[in-house]
Amino acid sequence: MNQSEFIKVTNTFKDRMFRLAKRLLISTEEAEDATQEVLVRLWKNRGKLDTYSSVEALAITITKNYCLDQLKSKRATEMRIVHSNFTDRQAGLEKQAEDRDSWSWVEKIMETLPEQQKIIIQMRDVEQYEFEEIAKMMDMTETAVRVALSRARKTIREELTKKHSYGIERN
Amino acid sequence: MELKEIEKLLEKYFDAATSTAEENRLKNYFSSPDVAPHLEQYRPMFGYFARQATEKFEKTVPLKPGKRYVAWLSVAASFIVMLGLYTLFLTPQTPKAGELGTYDDPEVAFRETQKALNMLSRQINVGVTGAAYLGEYEKSKNRIFKDNKK
Repeated sequence: MNQSEFIKVTNTFKDRMFRLAKRLLISTEEAEDATQEVLVRLWKNRGKLDTYSSVEALAITITKNYCLDQLKSKRATEMRIVHSNFTDRQAGLEKQAEDRDSWSWVEKIMETLPEQQKIIIQMRDVEQYEFEEIAKMMDMTETAVRVALSRARKTIREELTKKHSYGIERN
Repeated sequence: MELKEIEKLLEKYFDAATSTAEENRLKNYFSSPDVAPHLEQYRPMFGYFARQATEKFEKTVPLKPGKRYVAWLSVAASFIVMLGLYTLFLTPQTPKAGELGTYDDPEVAFRETQKALNMLSRQINVGVTGAAYLGEYEKSKNRIFKDNKK
């Protein structure tokens, strides 16, 4: 696999890697670094890539594991990220400010989810992977994935309903 | 369609029983301007997911350039090392061919040897005068220890 082939292949899913990394690491910079690191690892092992049925699944799995490792070592050294980038730099200007506010609620609620649920809801609701693919990448059964996903979605619903019934609660 | 159907889909959605196609229908419904008021609370959720999917990774990844650069660097470094070794060990040895340090005339050889020996002894004398201080040290040491014994 030469460089242009590699770039062509990874370009189809590098955004997904980044988004997953950001879901877990929260900080944009750290997510960028993680994505870069994983891509470089893939590149170094490019000789073996052909033996995998899906390079994308491999890349996403490595990204997931890498980020979880990062979080683990961060927690070990007691360094917590203070996340300040709720407003995304991609936020479309044409969208209503009200929408952006309510999106940041969803984002905050998602941050409170356990990591496994975060990853699964990211894979399904944002990236729209099939359950079969998610099960493979998570090394779980499809049923377990569905259970975790349902739990995550219901948590978000509950929190949103709370916010909604309180009226407008801003942070 | 709709409302009934959407409600049913929503229920399935929260049980994680919807297909991606069905989930996309939900996303479409909630991105439209007329969402039923009692479903309004779900709007941010689907809006957020849809927007998240548009975020892009813009950094470029240093792939081959980095690798190639390192390879070049090591080639250059080994070349420099070899050059250094060559100048260190090989160049001083080249005059060996032109017989260094021998004299054909015994007279001259004798004189040069004497000169060299003189130089050597002078250097040794410098060392000996330096060592003479040690005698002083010995003397005072003897005095102190004698005193102690008494």
